[in-house]
Amino acid sequence: MLKDFFSKKKHASKPNEEAKQDIPEGLMLKCSGCGKIYYREEMRKQLYVCPNCGHHHQLPSDERINSLFDEGSFTEYDTDLNTGNPLEFPSYLQKLEKDQLKTGLKEAVVTGEGTIGGYRTAFAVMDSRFRMASMGSVVGEKIARAIERARQADIPFIIFTASGGARMQEGALSLMQMAKTSAAVQRFRDAGGLMISVMTNPTYGGVSASFASLGDYNFAEPGALIGFAGRRVVEETIREKLPEDFQTAEFLLEHGQLDAVINRHDMKKYLTTILDIHQAGGNVS
Amino acid sequence: MKQVLEFEKPVIALREKIAELKTFTKESDLDLTEEIVKLETRLEKLENDIYTNLKPWDRVQMARHAERPTTLDYVEHLFTDFLEFHGDRYYGDDAAIVAGIAKYKGRPVTIVGHQRGKTTKENIRRNFGMPHPEGFRKAARHMQQAAKFGRPIICFIDTKGAFPGRAAEERGQSEAIARNLMEMSGFEVPIICIVIGEGGSGGALALGVGDRLLMLENSTFSVISPEGAASILWKDGGKAKEAAEKLKITAPDLKELGVIDSIIPEIRGGAHRDLQAQAELVDQVITEQLLELEKLDKQVLLEQRWEKYSKIGSYAE
Ligand SMILES: [Zn+2]
Repeated sequence: MLKDFFSKKKHASKPNEEAKQDIPEGLMLKCSGCGKIYYREEMRKQLYVCPNCGHHHQLPSDERINSLFDEGSFTEYDTDLNTGNPLEFPSYLQKLEKDQLKTGLKEAVVTGEGTIGGYRTAFAVMDSRFRMASMGSVVGEKIARAIERARQADIPFIIFTASGGARMQEGALSLMQMAKTSAAVQRFRDAGGLMISVMTNPTYGGVSASFASLGDYNFAEPGALIGFAGRRVVEETIREKLPEDFQTAEFLLEHGQLDAVINRHDMKKYLTTILDIHQAGGNVS
Repeated sequence: MKQVLEFEKPVIALREKIAELKTFTKESDLDLTEEIVKLETRLEKLENDIYTNLKPWDRVQMARHAERPTTLDYVEHLFTDFLEFHGDRYYGDDAAIVAGIAKYKGRPVTIVGHQRGKTTKENIRRNFGMPHPEGFRKAARHMQQAAKFGRPIICFIDTKGAFPGRAAEERGQSEAIARNLMEMSGFEVPIICIVIGEGGSGGALALGVGDRLLMLENSTFSVISPEGAASILWKDGGKAKEAAEKLKITAPDLKELGVIDSIIPEIRGGAHRDLQAQAELVDQVITEQLLELEKLDKQVLLEQRWEKYSKIGSYAE
């Protein structure tokens, strides 16, 4: 629908602009929270969390994985899935190539498994540097397969979400990934699997309205923007000014939509504690 | 005043001309019967040309037609003993979705559908068929009940999308949609979903996960509206016509992409031309599909449903 688009457009462009500020090619990096300038390397060591104001910047998927998994424990799933161009959308493949070169990623999600605090777990991390982590066939397929693997291996599944929404160039095939991934969650749930969803900035549209909201626990990073429709479209629809903190993780927490907001520096310890508590139920191998 | 769509103007003009000549023949001494017959033959051919060659954008217009039959129209024609039930038990009753129980040829069923209005007043009451979370949660509640009592579920899809409002966001629009997608994939009863008008994005899909996803011939099902896509692609919402072609949102295109299971034919000129006749065509398909699904063991039903969704997508490995 028309209104959907505005939301997508907004969040497709805004985080990109932010990304440019966040992680320039250069040596220095300016915090988009407080404006303080840092050496990029210094910020990287801080997992891109500003030491001054606590602002959580975009974290590349490989660094996210390194920050959470026990050293050398991570193996990747499904590295050979390639996106097609089912609707023969003009310049779609070129856009993908461009992002592949820019990020070194094949698609907008990395899946795999490893151990966190000693607990074996399956994992997916979406990377908004790639096509705003919009959900096309490959993203949906990789996530559904990772959940299926977790079910078969009887291990927990943890996902870090980020997305501007649907992958328009794949039309209804993109939309149907919402159904596919949600059906995979249902099967996993029926089998007693533990699923943890951690929403990072931004998580919108079809991702927000499918697996991101379906964890046994739903968390978010501080300040992450999360919603179905984007802020601008909501403003245009209801013609009123929205509160400053609309759709932030803290706003969602206050409205009962999240279990907790977790600082990136505490994430590994927090997840390990959950995995540890669930082990008592025989859920973690 | 009947709504006239752009592409059918020649048909309407010719029909008016024929009616005019008929009146003239009746009221004067001149016999124009021969001329009338000629024009009627021409009309037949013209209608055939136009309605069998509908372009995606024509179908968008058809799907949005103000008089196009809605969920409650079909309910009235297809089911008996329909009882509408209200509320999600958490917050409110969303008039953009109707739900209830009825009988379909003797068997109990649960019915859920988006409901838009045909008049401005009704559309305002029903929020133009754009649900809030409480609408999706009402639907979920009724489908859970169907699963409990072993009733098949029939879903009618007819929405521009989930409502993008502040209250909807605050009350968890995303979660409400996500939960429906997940739960519908697991209900141990046959689920038949039919797109009868516009099927817009997540708000449409939230009633669209089942054993069969069917579309009326002139309905649409899309991840984004043509206007929205045009604005993104060409920064020009006016190029919606072009976007409608690129996005592959019509029933024949979606059948080819493997998104839907089959197409329910529409009477010539569109479903709104004759509700009774159209309902009969829908009826045939529901009966056919339901008989097939009812034969299946619960586990087989769920396994096939999973197979169906897990296959959708396009990638190379
Ligand atoms: Zn800062």
